[in-house]
Amino acid sequence: MDHRSPVERILRALALIAIVVFFMFPIFWIVLMSLQTNETILRSPPSMSFVPTLKNYAAIISGELDSNAGTMSIHFMNNLLNSILLSVFSVALALLLGVPAAYAFARHKFRGSEDIAFTLLSFRFAPPLLVLLPLTLYFQALGLANTYLGLVWVYQLICLPLILWIVRGYFEDISPDIEHAYRIAGHGWFATFKKIALPLAGPGIAAAGLLAFIFAWNNFVFALVLASADKQPVTVGALAFVTASGIQYGQIAAAIVMSIAPTLLLALWAQRYLVEGLSLGAVKG
Amino acid sequence: MSVQADMPVLRRSSRLSRTLLPYLLSLPALLVCIGILIPFVTAIYYSLQRYRMSQPWNRGMNWGENYLNFFTDSDFWNTLKVSLVYAGLTVGIELVLGLAIALLLQRRSRVNNFVSIMLLMPLMTAPALAALMFKLMTNPNFGILSYFMQLIGFQDFRWASSPDTALLTVILVDVWVYTPFIMILLLAGLRSLPTQPFEAAALDGVPRLEQFWRITLPMLSPYILTAALFRLLDSIQQFDIIYAMTQGGPGNRLMVFQVEAYLNFFQSTNVGRSAALLMILWAITYALSNVFVKNWLRLRERAKGGA
Repeated sequence: MDHRSPVERILRALALIAIVVFFMFPIFWIVLMSLQTNETILRSPPSMSFVPTLKNYAAIISGELDSNAGTMSIHFMNNLLNSILLSVFSVALALLLGVPAAYAFARHKFRGSEDIAFTLLSFRFAPPLLVLLPLTLYFQALGLANTYLGLVWVYQLICLPLILWIVRGYFEDISPDIEHAYRIAGHGWFATFKKIALPLAGPGIAAAGLLAFIFAWNNFVFALVLASADKQPVTVGALAFVTASGIQYGQIAAAIVMSIAPTLLLALWAQRYLVEGLSLGAVKG
Repeated sequence: MSVQADMPVLRRSSRLSRTLLPYLLSLPALLVCIGILIPFVTAIYYSLQRYRMSQPWNRGMNWGENYLNFFTDSDFWNTLKVSLVYAGLTVGIELVLGLAIALLLQRRSRVNNFVSIMLLMPLMTAPALAALMFKLMTNPNFGILSYFMQLIGFQDFRWASSPDTALLTVILVDVWVYTPFIMILLLAGLRSLPTQPFEAAALDGVPRLEQFWRITLPMLSPYILTAALFRLLDSIQQFDIIYAMTQGGPGNRLMVFQVEAYLNFFQSTNVGRSAALLMILWAITYALSNVFVKNWLRLRERAKGGA
């Protein structure tokens, strides 16, 4: 089958290697940095030979960081916990609200349904600060400023449209005849929804939930605007870290590695679902 | 066929609940969204006001003045220019690179699968954190990229801290994070193309370069358009990468819309100008998103029809 010349095959192989190096090198390098002391990081020229140490990770976990000015107390684990809480609850709420709505949009062409669905989708594309900046003033008045509840609500801005539109596509793919048959057998709509529609759309719901989790985890601007230090997720926490004076570079790298590891591992574990969700429904299965 | 016959019975028994049901199902989602629409309307209102948080006594409607001022405001034109250049360059580079990689990985093989999974990693990295990673890598004291630049003869290449190279640096981060997205979409597109035209062309001895221009590219164009519009929508609003890297600096070299609006709001507390800036950005994205949604729905229909 392969009628390519040897020269072409070598060029292809070189191109593939270049691609992998370009896209993997930053992650690889940050992991290497996180395993080094400041002395080996600052060596010139940089070298890959060093005795790996886990001291940076230990410092991050204990919250006692070494800096030029002695020991500093920065609780990055708190940021990590915030990221987990915000992402999990945002996705859970978005699924709870979004899946029934997606079902309604897919099954019933009720008056205004297309307009509502488009309005929801347009949230995904509107500049987030347009909503966030006025919201800071409302949140202060409502007492929602710097609360998990307020943040989880705002995270619906990204999670809800995603779930609604991906899951809707999956519900539309299920033939209504199956549901009719089940209903004629004497079951109510809720039983039909639970026993037929939900399981059949299961993979789509999983893909949408996964993507929503990753986008929530990676979000930066919501918490930057609405949360103060004790509620900030890793994305905002890490920035404060870098700008804080004199923290050891290896410890910064360790914090970054711990912040990106969850989404990267999740992606490796569920890459098939992810590709399906990311290709915007242009490909199925 | 018995399904058809039994349907009226079903409909009569629960007429009311059937008309109400879809509304009830989508109501919670709608309520949450109304909560989001209210601040949006507030933003429009603010954009028509003279409103500085530092001068509450001076607050009042000035109608279109915030917008009119933009015409003579060189900062605004700088913001518009930087945003458009950033969006244009990132999406352009990502399209070319993404298409090249997708073509390279088109055939299903173990190596190609491995490479495409590896390419998911940058896309899964939070853009703000990716910017911080590159910030460490371009540190003048120990940054590996600064060292590489030295090796190829650029002494003192200052990346994001120099006005000449700041744009290049943030574009590099954007390309690193988002090229895989375009690659995934185009790879899905390439693999779904029918094979007959290519077989016919190969039989006729059409050179492969010509096959690419004459067959692949035209057939792939709906995917390319969808990917480009989607990325353009995101890129013109880029905030995370630029804010984490330089907060819009050095000077106002990277002052894109959202960074400028953020700093206007929180630093100079000029709420009116900030809101007006965001409204202009919103108008751009709204126009773009309408074109995008049309293309996207057509693409989805096509994918369904082909399956």
